[in-house]
Amino acid sequence: MSAPLLSLKDLRIAFPDGDGGMAEGLRGVDLSLDPGEVLGIVGESGSGKSIAMMALLQLLPDSARVSGSARFKGQELIGMAGPRIRRIRGKSIGCIFQDPLSAFNPVLRIGDQVAEAILLHDSSRSRRDAMKAVEGLFERVAIPQPARRLRQYPHEFSGGMRQRAMIAMALANSPELLIADEPTTALDVTVQAQILDLLRDLRRDLGIGMVLITHDLGVVAGIADKIAVMYGGRIVERGATDPVFYETAHPYTAGLIGAVPDIEGTGALRQIEGTPPSIFTRPGGCSFHPRCTRAQAICAQEDPALAEVGNTDCACHFPLIATRTEVAE
Amino acid sequence: MLAYVLRRLISIPFLLLGVASVSFLLSQMTKGDPLAALVPERMMSNPEIVETVKAQWGLDQPLPIRYLRYLGNLVQGDLGTSFATRRPVATDIAERLPATLELVIAAMIIGTAMGLTLGLLSARFRGSAFDSIARIFALIGSSLPIFWSGLILLYVLSVRLAIVPGTGRLPPRIAPPPHHTGFYTVDALIAGDLSLFVQALTHLALPAFVLGWAVTGIITRLVRSSIVEGLSLDYARTARAKGAPERVVLVRHALPNALIPLLTILGFTFAYLITGAVLTEAIFSWPGIGSYAVRAAGALDYPAIGGVTIVGSVAFLLANLLTDIAYAWANPRIKVH
Ligand SMILES: Nc1ncnc2c1ncn2[C@@H]1O[C@H](COP(=O)(O)OP(=O)(O)OP(=O)(O)O)[C@@H](O)[C@H]1O
Ligand SMILES: [Mg+2]
Repeated sequence: MSAPLLSLKDLRIAFPDGDGGMAEGLRGVDLSLDPGEVLGIVGESGSGKSIAMMALLQLLPDSARVSGSARFKGQELIGMAGPRIRRIRGKSIGCIFQDPLSAFNPVLRIGDQVAEAILLHDSSRSRRDAMKAVEGLFERVAIPQPARRLRQYPHEFSGGMRQRAMIAMALANSPELLIADEPTTALDVTVQAQILDLLRDLRRDLGIGMVLITHDLGVVAGIADKIAVMYGGRIVERGATDPVFYETAHPYTAGLIGAVPDIEGTGALRQIEGTPPSIFTRPGGCSFHPRCTRAQAICAQEDPALAEVGNTDCACHFPLIATRTEVAE
Repeated sequence: MLAYVLRRLISIPFLLLGVASVSFLLSQMTKGDPLAALVPERMMSNPEIVETVKAQWGLDQPLPIRYLRYLGNLVQGDLGTSFATRRPVATDIAERLPATLELVIAAMIIGTAMGLTLGLLSARFRGSAFDSIARIFALIGSSLPIFWSGLILLYVLSVRLAIVPGTGRLPPRIAPPPHHTGFYTVDALIAGDLSLFVQALTHLALPAFVLGWAVTGIITRLVRSSIVEGLSLDYARTARAKGAPERVVLVRHALPNALIPLLTILGFTFAYLITGAVLTEAIFSWPGIGSYAVRAAGALDYPAIGGVTIVGSVAFLLANLLTDIAYAWANPRIKVH
């Protein structure tokens, strides 16, 4: 077995709570990803998906306290010195963000912004040469009329085209890992499907490893090799894609699957009641227990450890031994 | 864009008509008697002389006639004749305008350069000692009245330390360079006279600094806050995720975005500089429009006051137009129609 592309061990992130204390945004996350693999990280808003990925690139504000380990091809990223981490950002690890409009600089031409990704890591290249490369990248992500598009500003692109340009930028230096943080959330449904198709193609053609963050299990279903479900700053269920869907162990995951619209389009969505906790008001015990239909007394007292249940790892005192059939149909 | 500029240009004469009317009416409402400026005191008792002078200057006509006549002349570029210098106001102003423009432009450059540099560095090193010092420096500049900071600096730097020359545009008895632009620094360069250029520049330096310092504060604050905000936005995170060092994020990404709000206040700053120039010129014996205006106001020289008002308004309107054009140019999201 080769070394994993990315491995997180007990990754923890705390933010100042404004009262002199710290509030934990991420409470010990363990994950690993092999080269070329696609990992889906799923969870509701505030579960800590984004900060986990921002932490490994050291893109969190200085006030955040990060501990634990995040290794990329064996190199420890947490605490890595500025110049070294900058050589990894955008070169070995590319990033795509949720809102492609605000993610681009509004006053610079798109072509220049994409070319910057190349020039930052290879100062020997000329700007013209980089622009040629950008044109090629635009073709790769199916942006029509790349030569003309290069000279346009972000507001002249449609949402889907902007996200394609964002992907082109992330791919500029042929990274081994692509982190896509809700790449389709801000887009129309049809455009969402196109962007997901593009990511699937890239994965197939380039063999690039991906972390795909979303709060929609449906988004990762067709593309991820494995899935981590997050709630309240930790992983509550983790496993290969099929077992997570068909041998769901955690009631929260089951709830998320219920929230996937069914194929027949009857509009029947099964939502989880209530809202996710904030990092400052997270309940004790299992942080999901106030919303859980299976909660017992112990759930409010003890936070269950992540342990193997059937074919997935699950953190629950009373895991479901349910199949897909029972859950969704 | 062109149509927009044309439309703005066409509106300028109408705005000026308003300015001219208001300034004319205000001058008619003041208590002082302009005759005092025209007729020597001891002849005031001679009604014949008073009547002749009145007729000569058109002061015997009723108000509406004088108003229409004034506007009629104005349209032909005639700002009237100064009571004091007995020369056309337009000639007086044309002679003195370059001195003021040179001062104001130099002050604008100094103020913007200092404000940009301080704002940029305090955003980069926010919370540091430099940040606090820059803030205090900027605050002093914008809170000290110009006549105060001007006098102190003139006294310390020129009188006591003799680092900079004294007042005026050139040392006494030095002839100005041949007239091309009326800017002594530029004209000296055109004439190829380097030592004259240095003399003009050193005379310009202190008054321009005093005037520029007064607007440094507002520019520093604006640049600092826009850059600090920019550094927290998504596009800055994208730049960092590409591997850009913080310096590049600041200069290449946050700065161009900060220039947009900066441009909008530069027009306002310019108006402030024009008024500030009046005081600066008075302190530094700078032979520009400002000192002309001070003298005209003291002598109830209405034609001169009116002329200065109109020239000031034109400058202000043009500065605003330029600001808007620059704003549209710097901000690709704005398509002006
Ligand atoms: N700079 C910060 N200071 C304090 N708390 C923060 C900070 N950044 C994030 N958090 C908190 O950390 C928690 C996790 O945030 P994160 O952005 O990772 O959520 P997410 O799972 O990506 O959700 P979303 O779907 O909304 O993007 C949230 O509760 C958020 O309020
Ligand atoms: Mg997020």
